[in-house]
Amino acid sequence: MINVSHNTSVSLAMVGSGGAGVMTSGSMMLEAATKAGLYGLMTRTVGPQIRGGEAAALLRLASKPVHCVDDTFDILVAVDWKGAERFAAEVPLSSNSLIVTDPETGDVPAILAASGARIVEVPIGALAASVDGGRANMVILGLVAALIGLTKEPLNKIIAKKLGDKGDAAVNSSRAAVHAGYEAAHKIKSPVKVDVTENQEKGRWLISGNQAAGFGALRGGIRFVAAYPITPATEVLEWMSPNLPKVGGTLVQAEDELASINMAIGASFGGKPSLTATSGPGLSLMMEGIGLAVSSETPVVIVNVMRGGPSTGIPTKSEQTDLNIAVYGLHGDAPHIVTAATSVEDCIFTTQWTVHLAEAMQTAAIVLSDQFMGQASTIIDPPANISFMAQRLVESAPAADYVRYAVTKSGISPMTLPGTPKGQYTADGLEHNPKGLPSTLMEDHRDQLDKRERKVSEFNYGDHWADIEGDENSDLVVLTWGSTTNAVREGLQRLESEGIKGKLVAIRLLSPALPKQFDKAVIGAKRILVVEQSHSGQFLKLLRANYDMPGEVRSFRRAGPLIIRPGEIVDTIKNWRLQ
Amino acid sequence: MNEITKEKLKASDYKSNLKPVWCPGCGDYHVLLAITQALAKLQLAPENVGVVSGIGCSSRIPAYTNSYGFHSIHGRGLTVATGLKVARPDLTVIAAGGDGDGFSIGGNHFLHACRRNTNMTYIVMDNEVYGMTKGQPSPTTDPSWDSALSPGGTGLSPFHPLVIALASGANFIARTFSGDVKGTTNIIADAITHPGFSFIQILSPCVTFRPDQKIWKEKVHTAIVSETDDPARAARRLMSDDGFNTGVLYRGHREPYRFSCGEEKGDIAEIQRQFVV
Repeated sequence: MINVSHNTSVSLAMVGSGGAGVMTSGSMMLEAATKAGLYGLMTRTVGPQIRGGEAAALLRLASKPVHCVDDTFDILVAVDWKGAERFAAEVPLSSNSLIVTDPETGDVPAILAASGARIVEVPIGALAASVDGGRANMVILGLVAALIGLTKEPLNKIIAKKLGDKGDAAVNSSRAAVHAGYEAAHKIKSPVKVDVTENQEKGRWLISGNQAAGFGALRGGIRFVAAYPITPATEVLEWMSPNLPKVGGTLVQAEDELASINMAIGASFGGKPSLTATSGPGLSLMMEGIGLAVSSETPVVIVNVMRGGPSTGIPTKSEQTDLNIAVYGLHGDAPHIVTAATSVEDCIFTTQWTVHLAEAMQTAAIVLSDQFMGQASTIIDPPANISFMAQRLVESAPAADYVRYAVTKSGISPMTLPGTPKGQYTADGLEHNPKGLPSTLMEDHRDQLDKRERKVSEFNYGDHWADIEGDENSDLVVLTWGSTTNAVREGLQRLESEGIKGKLVAIRLLSPALPKQFDKAVIGAKRILVVEQSHSGQFLKLLRANYDMPGEVRSFRRAGPLIIRPGEIVDTIKNWRLQ
Repeated sequence: MNEITKEKLKASDYKSNLKPVWCPGCGDYHVLLAITQALAKLQLAPENVGVVSGIGCSSRIPAYTNSYGFHSIHGRGLTVATGLKVARPDLTVIAAGGDGDGFSIGGNHFLHACRRNTNMTYIVMDNEVYGMTKGQPSPTTDPSWDSALSPGGTGLSPFHPLVIALASGANFIARTFSGDVKGTTNIIADAITHPGFSFIQILSPCVTFRPDQKIWKEKVHTAIVSETDDPARAARRLMSDDGFNTGVLYRGHREPYRFSCGEEKGDIAEIQRQFVV
């Protein structure tokens, strides 16, 4: 007897080698779920091949907003099993899970079957072939929809929307294939059903983290982007390219990352808030340019979407291991800003806020996202408008005694822009005096170092430096950052429902350190768990270097590509409490 | 600018009062003079001029001008200049630097700046040596030139900047000699005025590490063939180039780099509609 539970969420995996169209099935399922009033998150796991490699669309649907993956998948449907063993570890199953397989495509890989999941055979290929122009990816779309209790109506709408321009024949054959899958599912007992809400909110957004970062940048005032493609950051640039001209901006495709960072600096020197986006290897190449932005006090924003490292690493998989280079990668004493988005949706806020910080402090600011957030698509409520805009301290009518790098109390000096009469100066990576002229004097070096440090360390970051949630007085604090925040958040919520209280501190501002705010956030802690997706514990070391952590500190960390799941946080905390 | 009420700007109005780090007798003094004279010839307002460089002796030049200068990092002057020009098409942008900065560490940017054909001028003061690091062979150095870093010479064929510029699509290509201030002034003004990416190789001797270059003033000569707008003819001329022909080699008609900048209207509401399901 199988328990059909109305879960708060359902997790689905649609599997098939590249070209089978499972990503299309996943996207359509996500949109159909939105039409049915649900929220959802879709991530993708793909191999390195451009076409034909193993692929899976991984979805989690729920009646509440979804920010992370669940511990296990409820339903896995495969069009074929080519290369599936290579990502099996990323699709954990349990004995409650259901695997739907086409016997024509061979046996379920042993590593998946070993989970004890119930296996049901459906002739997916034959069902597709029974429909004129039918495709297997549409059959599994109907199949999965029926299994989780979605009606066909939203699917039919999405098919018309996505395939309408291919003609009626394409729409009809897809609908027929979906129908065939839908009918086939009636014979299968499903382990899960979704709670389809009556309250179908209009106006929800479907957005990826990379789009969200681009949108946040645009909303913050970015008007120049220099671009060099790199996985998994390219979509930030591809989204910005057609959207920038709508607000008077432009994007230049550069010849390499050395060019893209320095083009952005040149454009910003000209007065346009500027940005580039990259991933680990590109960030390594940009380091010298970022130092130039710090020294010349030219605002610039770098969105870095992390992937597995070092070197070329694992370009298509997520990891939180560019923290060290982002914080410490510059030569010399080079205070700058490093922030991290804490969810797909937060890529909007954090990027917009970071544009504001870079412009206000006239320095380089790195936003850290990662492959998981960047390439995940999510359904969100329309985000609140936020007021952070690029606002640079500009001197538009310089007096005769104007100096570019005046030593001010805040450390921020009014900047003239080209075209302003009597404001001419030379920006320089050489150490300089307040006038901007090269200097090797101890006094000038000291004063300019002090000023550049002061403007960053004494800036008012408000409450945005961290997301602090949960029980204010709990002696258990979980410290984390970036995409891992969401597994911790959900883990703590599950514990709370069992009466175990904890506090989440997800740090958005990774550099500079704010010891006063940190002390307040962890005061009274007896147990601190530090959670991150890194083999060496980069975040733990950053915390150790900058902060005093009270009580016992433990690290829960793992390298990519395996995502940290909420259940692991629950288990870790429970085990610790038992000791 | 109102020509009646404004006084005519002189070359000295484009010079800062910072004393150059260059050695006495360095060819770059003459290049600085020629740049300021060219700007005066064109009567460009100093605040509307951007002078951008990388690193090296000649790359110190922005601070010696009265303009919005950017002394950036080694090899990247062209990229900073490109960003500035694309963001601010209203400005006159001049990138300047040396042979090591432009053809070695910045070589890739040189190719792509020629290809991109952004409306700006690139001046390379070529002395066939790394001067700031005290005398190492550069890409344009003769293969047999002896140095501590490459004893007996590099044995490598020199980089030919004009050939590369032509092959990569620069829209204006010229060579001058720093000692010919008048000729250099005219060619810089010509290059600034010509649309697209203009490249000028200025033979600018290093009296300290390449005293053998003193002879350059006798070796340079005005090219006997007049300029062309035909890349094939220009290429044939370069095949018999002795490296000391001066004057404009090529003046093309390629459209400068275009970029799509809409109006600054900030209609975010319209943009975010694309996310609504």
